[in-house]
Order: sequence, then structure tokens, then C-alpha cells
Amino acid sequence: MEQLRTFGRELAMGSQGGFYQSKEFLDLVKSIGEARSKAEEDRIVVNEIDTLKRRIAEPDIPKRKMKEYIIRLVYIEMLGHDASFGYIHAVKMTHDDSLLVKRTGYLAVTLFLNEEHDLIILIVNTIQKDLKSDNYLVVCAALNAVCKLINEETIPAVLPQVVELLAHPKEAVRKKAIMALHCFYQKSPSSVSHLISNFRKRLCDNDPGVMGATLCPLFDLITRDVNSYKDLVISFVSILKQVTERRLSKAYDYHQMPAPFIQIKLLKILALLGSGDKQASENMYTVVGDVFRKCDFSSNIGNAVLYECICCVSSIYPNPKLLDSAADIISRFLKSDSHNLKYMGIDALGRLIKISPEIAEQHQLAVIDCLEDPDDTLKRKTFELLYKMTKSTNVEVIVDRMIDYMISINDNHYKTEIASRCVELAEQFAPSNQWFIQAMNKVFEHTGDLVNIKVAHNLMRLIAEGFGEDDDNADSKLRSSAVESYLRILGEPKLPSGFLQVICWVLGEYGTADGMFCASDITGKLCDVAEAYSSDDTVKAYAVTALMKIYAFEIAAGREVDMLTECQSLMEELLASHSTDLQQRAYELQGVIGLDAHAVEFIMPSDASCEDIEVDKDLSFLDGYIQEAIEKGAQPYIPESERPGVLNMGNFRNQDHHESSHGLRFEAYELPKPAVQPRIPRALLPSTEIVPVPEPVYPRETYQTPVTPIPSNPSDAGSAELKLRLDGVQKKWGRPTYTPETSTSNSTSQKTVNGAAQVDGPSTVNSTRETYASRKLQVEISHEKQKLAASLFGGSSKPEKRPATGHKVSKASSHMLEKSHVPNSSMEVASEKTAPAQTPPDLLDLGEPTSTSTAPSLDPFKQLEVLLDATQDASAANSATSASRSPDVMALYADTPVGIHNKDEADLLSGMSNMSGATARPQPTKGSSKGPNPKDSLEKDSLVRQMGVKPSSQNPNLFKDLLG
Amino acid sequence: MIKAVMVMNTQGKTRLAKFYEYLPVEKQQELIRGIFAVLCSRAENVSNFIDAESIFGPDSRLVYKHFATLYFVFVFDSSENELAVLDLIQVFVETLDKCFQNVCELDIVFNYSKVHTILDEMIFGGQVVETSSSEIMKAVEEISKLEAASNAITLIPKSASGWRSR
Repeated sequence: MEQLRTFGRELAMGSQGGFYQSKEFLDLVKSIGEARSKAEEDRIVVNEIDTLKRRIAEPDIPKRKMKEYIIRLVYIEMLGHDASFGYIHAVKMTHDDSLLVKRTGYLAVTLFLNEEHDLIILIVNTIQKDLKSDNYLVVCAALNAVCKLINEETIPAVLPQVVELLAHPKEAVRKKAIMALHCFYQKSPSSVSHLISNFRKRLCDNDPGVMGATLCPLFDLITRDVNSYKDLVISFVSILKQVTERRLSKAYDYHQMPAPFIQIKLLKILALLGSGDKQASENMYTVVGDVFRKCDFSSNIGNAVLYECICCVSSIYPNPKLLDSAADIISRFLKSDSHNLKYMGIDALGRLIKISPEIAEQHQLAVIDCLEDPDDTLKRKTFELLYKMTKSTNVEVIVDRMIDYMISINDNHYKTEIASRCVELAEQFAPSNQWFIQAMNKVFEHTGDLVNIKVAHNLMRLIAEGFGEDDDNADSKLRSSAVESYLRILGEPKLPSGFLQVICWVLGEYGTADGMFCASDITGKLCDVAEAYSSDDTVKAYAVTALMKIYAFEIAAGREVDMLTECQSLMEELLASHSTDLQQRAYELQGVIGLDAHAVEFIMPSDASCEDIEVDKDLSFLDGYIQEAIEKGAQPYIPESERPGVLNMGNFRNQDHHESSHGLRFEAYELPKPAVQPRIPRALLPSTEIVPVPEPVYPRETYQTPVTPIPSNPSDAGSAELKLRLDGVQKKWGRPTYTPETSTSNSTSQKTVNGAAQVDGPSTVNSTRETYASRKLQVEISHEKQKLAASLFGGSSKPEKRPATGHKVSKASSHMLEKSHVPNSSMEVASEKTAPAQTPPDLLDLGEPTSTSTAPSLDPFKQLEVLLDATQDASAANSATSASRSPDVMALYADTPVGIHNKDEADLLSGMSNMSGATARPQPTKGSSKGPNPKDSLEKDSLVRQMGVKPSSQNPNLFKDLLG
Repeated sequence: MIKAVMVMNTQGKTRLAKFYEYLPVEKQQELIRGIFAVLCSRAENVSNFIDAESIFGPDSRLVYKHFATLYFVFVFDSSENELAVLDLIQVFVETLDKCFQNVCELDIVFNYSKVHTILDEMIFGGQVVETSSSEIMKAVEEISKLEAASNAITLIPKSASGWRSR
């Protein structure tokens, strides 16, 4: 090692002529290289800083010494130490006449300073001067600094010079001037908006290097605004053509490829320009096809260009021929041994399945290999792909895999991301409520509070509302399974706060609903939670409210309530809590327990969390009462603004009130329970004519049921206060108090989220269950990997199509056909037979599986016939889809050959002039032929409706587009 | 665009670091350490790509290549192609090799400013401006020639004044 070092030193000395390497610098590098620990390295560097600080301040340092000091400073800063004491010297060096010193100075300032640094002001002048220099290297160095150091304010100072340099005789300068202009554009588009045309001009530069460099800013510009650059399509195509025909200088060949980096940039630009634009895309087909053909598969760079081709093909208006080539390349990538290529293959596959989903199926085993690869990067990419191709048929496998992976990693960032993806997929495609809850439980358990709290709220909403709207039975089953699983999970230590909130809420709302668990069990658990997580006020609040609900339901059901001792002690603790919220909740609980069944049922109706709450913000129901009061001689209300200034004190008090209630309101947003409470004013008050200060928490039922004496009940105090307030504090009435508002916002958000979350298409929702069942049956026999493949890809290429087209009979249906040849009347086989047969017809009604399972006892063959019929029906509905697509493909072919080989090969400029002729072609309506047309999906929708399944999505077509 | 170029050795010592978006020194060090930790944990025959979003924020990819004792690391966003960047690293290393004849780690350490010059010819303000290794070489050679010349000129008056002052 030591020998190598000396050798390296000599080598370094040799190549630089030993110019600025003093012995000190060499020693510094050497000692740092040999440092055994970070501490040792730090010590060396600190010493070095001391030396430099001293030396650099000496007067009359020779320039080359100074240069070396600056290099040493740069080196020190690269190691992570502060070298700011030397910045000013670096700035001084840029003023020097010597090129070498000046360049070193510029290098140092670009590394040291940023555009906001105070010293910049000292450099701008030098830059201005240097941009005018005769020596092009000085100009280049200055341009380099311009990119890094000029900010929005100083752009005007150098802009004229930079623009002038665009016509500099040296191509190196032109190239850098273009880039500097691009930097200006990035920093402040408005400052150079009048100079954008320069980029177009430079595209026709004689030097390929300048042209290639111009593609960078153009790519940026086109990304921001595609439409203003459509006219350049022809130019780009012709440049790409020239590049592939090896018209550029040999210097740009790289591994026998002609200018691959320029090809890649061009393909990227074409992808942007051709996206969703049939006419522009048609101009590109030929040249992209050429690139495909001419690329070399053996070199890395060749594959890079091919990958870019695939990206381009999947972005522009689809062309079947190019899509085929792309699919070929993808399979080549995926079959490769190189992880890099596999990675690119997976990425490319993800792009292509958006256009032709069926392509995924042929690569299923390769994808699964990637999923099991030890390479983390590849694995993540594959998960990304799976995420894109998830549908209701494979959601369980994919989400399970994701969760497994999520548990196995430590990277919090990625954990959060994958967790949110799991949640998203599960919400979108969940085949059953039970599964959804289990999946959510796992996600919560393992990612904890990394998941957005919204997810927890969604979960509560789902449990409260259920999936189906009518099926009460299923809902209650869902709830009891949730309760059961939560009671089990509560035994585990250290649960995340968000999850505990859900658990508490669900236990409170539904813990005793099905009668499986008695109140004391649940309350015991809730007390345990409040105790175990005593530092988390939110969880405690949820737990107390849940306790209140349980007791309320118990009272309402007429059962005797006896508080557990631990519960009592918890109450005592909370009544004296520092958190007003907790205290209030505890008092509420105390209040509720003291009431009789009738009253409690009013306050806490069971299972009413989803009921809509009407809030009368004007408090119009009070009109009668006010009228009465005025008749009795009370002062009418005068709005605060019209009152004389005497009431300033009142204002103050109002503000106080405002603030405190504001603080409270914040807490109460998370309270799921208030949904119930505002019913009180509505249901109760009009009849009893009581002044409604909407504090529903304190039960005013005392008036109704005067039998129950509650001496310390706050409502007494409340009513006393009311009379006082009547005089002039109506503002408080006018402003909605926290509870009603919470509940309204609650219910509205529920509504919207509900609509958004159920994007499931009708066809998937109903197909899910039986396909899943059949799949399970079928996979058990096969090899594990095939099993996975089947479950992932089984439904990926529109299974309903297969029986009709005849080719690619799915595993399931072939299995079925085999069986059907053997006449066998035994019940077992018959049921086995029919079960897989359910896979292909996607539109089968949910009810039908039950009928089929009973049928085998009658006649298995007849049953099969019925099923096949159904298949045909389904495929008939679908063949319309494919039919509508195919004529268009033909049209596409017909359009293609027109005028792509026009005479613009000679010069790039002539290509520009040609475009006017090319743009005259008619523009086809986009999207009309892309994917299934709305009529089909409407038909399908109606078919599904006839079969008795409620489609939960308003737009079946959207879903179809998303998943192909 | 390219966000950063880094060269570090297998012990985690930085040999070259250039960030095209300004970052304070501490942040740079933190990123370099983070990247090195990930690089170390990578097995031999896996892909050269790393998901850099957890280190560098959204829309960032990382490509690295391992040469002898050095890791060459490029960080960039979605406007570049991973495989192409891998070849860009190759171009960079090829150029270094031409420049130093059989480049080794120490060449990079000792010729710090020259390596920067080469990189500046390739990547300018975060954009790839030149991808032809021979073009880069040409430019770099010209720079060293002119630098040497200008240095010779400045050295004479320098030494003369040095004489006078003594």
C-alpha cells in the first residue's frame, strides 16, 4: 500500500510537472489517508486549518503558493470542515491576470459560494470583465461561475454579454453560453423570456456538441410548455435520423454507437412532444423504428437507447408495430442476467402495461424472480410495477407481499411510502371487509405513526359505514370481526397512537353491539389502554369517550352498570387532569352515568355515528322563545356593531370566550362521538322550549326527568348563566359552538371521501369473490412460484376475453375442460369442476356462486353449460370493446407512411421550414378510439345492474382506463 | 438534471464532491455519509442503481460504479436515463484514464483541480454538455497548455520582482 502511495505521488508529480504540489500538501493528503479514525482525521485537518489561517494572512504571498493554499482549502472543505476564512482570498484570486490562478480562483468560488453569499457582489464585476476577455478559456471560466453564482438580481448585469457569446467563434464558448442562459431561465424565466428563440437557433448550430447541449434547455422548455414547440417535431426527427445514419463526426461515436447521448435526449424530447398527439407521433414512427433496428443489444449504451425508445413508444400515440418491438426488447431485458437490465425492464414494463396490459402476463415468472431478488433496488422497482398493475383479483397477494417487505425493512422513508401504497390499494380494491381490516391492522401495527392519521379516520369510517349500503348483516359481521381482532391486538405491547385511537373508537361504538363480549370485558381493556399509554392524551380521550359509550349503551339497554374499580380510579385521575379536554370528558362520563335509560338513549343512540346531523345555525327555533321574552318586556337584541362603545368590556369578554372555545374546539375535532350529540337541540328543545346554549354535553334532560336529582349537575349552573347571557351575548349563539360544527364537517368529509374511495369498477367488485375462491382452489396444487404468478397475473389480461377468442385458455378454464371430459357424478369433483369455471366470466353476479355450489347435486354438465353461456354473454359484451379498437389500429397504419421521408435530410434548417406543410394534416380526435368507449361501459354497467349488483362507481369507464 | 457528482473510496473518504444545487457543507457531508452507508451495504453483483429519494428528496435517482478502490456516484432526476448515466460515468473514467494514463485513486487526490476541469467540461450547471471523451480531452489539454503558457509568463515577472524585493 505504501509503495502504491509513493508510486501514485510520483505519478501525480509527473503529470503536473510537480507544479503546485508542495511537500506539505502531499503530507497532508498522505496523513489524512492514513488516519485511523475520524477523530484523528479531524485533528489533522484542524491543525491544517490553523496553519493555513496563519499563512494565508501573510503579506506578499507568491501566487503559486496562494494557489496551493486555496486548493488545500477546497480540499479541507470537501472533507466537511469550515474554510470560510479563506473565501475572500479565493475571490481575490479571480481578479488575477494569470489564467491558471484565475481559473483556480473561479473553481474555488464556485465550490465555496452560493448565489446568496455576501461576497458575490465582489465577483460580479470581474465576471463582467472576463466575459469580454479575448482568451476564450477566461470566458469559459467566467461562464462557469455565472451558472453557479449569478442570482436573479444580478442576471441583468451579465445577460447582454452572455447573449453576445452565443455567437462566439469557439464552440466551447457557445455551448457554455447556452447553458448559462438556461441557468438564467431556471432561476427566473421572466428575465430571459425574450431570448427563448436563441435556443431554437442554436439547435441548428454547425457543431454537434452545441446542438447536443441545446437539447438540455429545450427539453426543459418543452416539459413546461409542450404546445409552443410542436413545430420542432420535424426538426428533431430529422436530427435523430441524421444521427442514426452516422452523419455526426466520429468523435461522438461511443462504443460503436453514433452519438447515443444525443439520441437519448432526442427520444426524450420526442416522447414529450408526441404524447397524446397522433399527428406529431406519426412523424416519429419511422425514425423510432430505425433506432430500434439499429441499436446494439450487447453494449450498455445500446440498451440505454433502447430503453429510451420504449419510454418514447409508450408515451407517444400508440403504434402496434413499435409496441411489438418494445415488448420484444422488454423480454430481452428481463431475461438478461444483468440486474441493471432487469431493473430497466421492470421499469419499461410498468410504462408499457398502461397501453397494452396483456404484455405483463408473458413475463410473470421474470417479474416474480425480480421480486425475490436480493437486490433491494430491483425489488422496490418491482413493487412499483405491481402497484401499477394491482386490481381486485390480485390485490390480496400484492398487498400481502408489500406488507411482508415493509416489515422487513428499516428505512422509514420507504416504509411510509409503501404503507401508504398498501392503504391506497386496499381501499381501492379490497375484496372483502374482513380482509381490508386485517390488512389495515398489519399496516398500522408495523408502521405505527408513520401512516397518515387520515388513514385511521378512513378505517373508522369504513367500519361504521361498511362497504355495502343495505347489507346490515354483513356490516355487523364486519364490526364484530373488527372488535374481535382488536381485542386480540390490544394484548401486544407498544401500539402506535393512531391505531389505538381506532381501536378505542371501534370498541366503544361496537364493542358490546353483538353481545359477544360483555361490557366489563371491554371497559377493562379500555382502562388498560388508558393506563398503559398514560402519556398520550389523545388516546386517553378516545378511551374515556369509548367508556362513556359502553356505559351509555348499557344503561340504555336497561342493564345494571357497575363501574370497575380501575375504571373508577381512572375517572378520579382524569377529573383532576391538567388537560381540560380530558377533564371535560370525564365529567361528561360522570354525568351520563347518573342518568336514566330514557335520557341516555337520547344522548347516545347506539350505532348512530353515520347519521346525518342537521344544524340550524340561525337558531330559528328560538324565535318563539325570544318573542315571548320580548313580550314580557325584555330588551331586544342589538348587534354588537350598533352598540355604543360602553360595552368594550363585553367585547373583551367575548374575545376571551372566543379564544378558549377555540382551544377546545381543536381537541374536539378528533372526537368521533359528537356526531350524536347535536341531535339534542333538535329533538329536545323545541318541545321543551328551553334556552339552547348548545352545550349538549351537559344533559339538559333534567328538565324532562325531574325525578333524578343531580345536585352538582352543571346544567343547573348552565341555565342560570343563560339568563345572564340573554342580555347581550348573542354573538355566542350566532357563532356555531364547537360540537355542531365538528359534526357537520365530519359528515361532509365522510360523504366525499366515501365517493372517492370507491372507485372500484362494477365488474371487478362482483368478480372478486368467486375468482379469489377459485384461484385458491387451483393454486394449491401447483408449484409455489407458479402459484404466486397465477395469483398476480391470473386476471391481468382481461380474463373474460379468453374463452371467446379461443387462444390462451387460462389455466383455470383448461382445467375445467379437462375435467368435463370425464363423466363423474360424485359431488366432490363436481364442485371442484364448477369452482374454477367461475374464473373467466367476470360479470357473474355475486348471487350466482351460491346457486352453482348447490347445483352439482343435480347435474354437473348442465351446470357447466349454464356457465359457458354466461361466459359467452360476458365476452359478447366485451368483444365490442376489442372491435371498437381494431379498426382504429388499421386507420393508424393507413395514416403512417405519409410524408415522413421528406426532403429534409440535407440540412437541419430545411427541416424547420418543412414543418408548415406537415402541420396541415387533420387532427384526429384523441381518446375516441383509445380504450373502451363509453357506450360499451354503459352497457356493461347496465348488465351488471340487471344482475343485481350495485356498482359503487359513478364512472366505470375511468376504472377501465386505469387498469386496462 | 444532474444534482451531484461524488467520488469516494471504499473506506468512505471523499475524493471529489460537486453539488450542482447549493447545499451547506454540513448537509453535503451528511448526504455523502448517507450514500456511503448505502453503498457499503450493497452486494457485489447487484444493479448499479439506488433509490435515492430517502437521501436526496423526491425525484432523485442514484447511479454508482465501482472501480478498484473508488466509487463514482452520480445523482440526478427523472430527466436522465439510468443506463445512460452509467455510461456517462464510464466516459468520465475513460477520460480520466486518458488524462492520467492508468488513473488511480491518488491521481484524483493530487490533481484535484484537473479532475474538476474535466468534470466541468462534461457537466455544466447540472446539464450534460459533452459526452465525447476525445472532445473533453481536447479541451482539457488546451486548457493545460494555455495555463502552462500563461504561468510561464507570469512566473518571470514574479521571480524578477522577487529578486528586486530581496
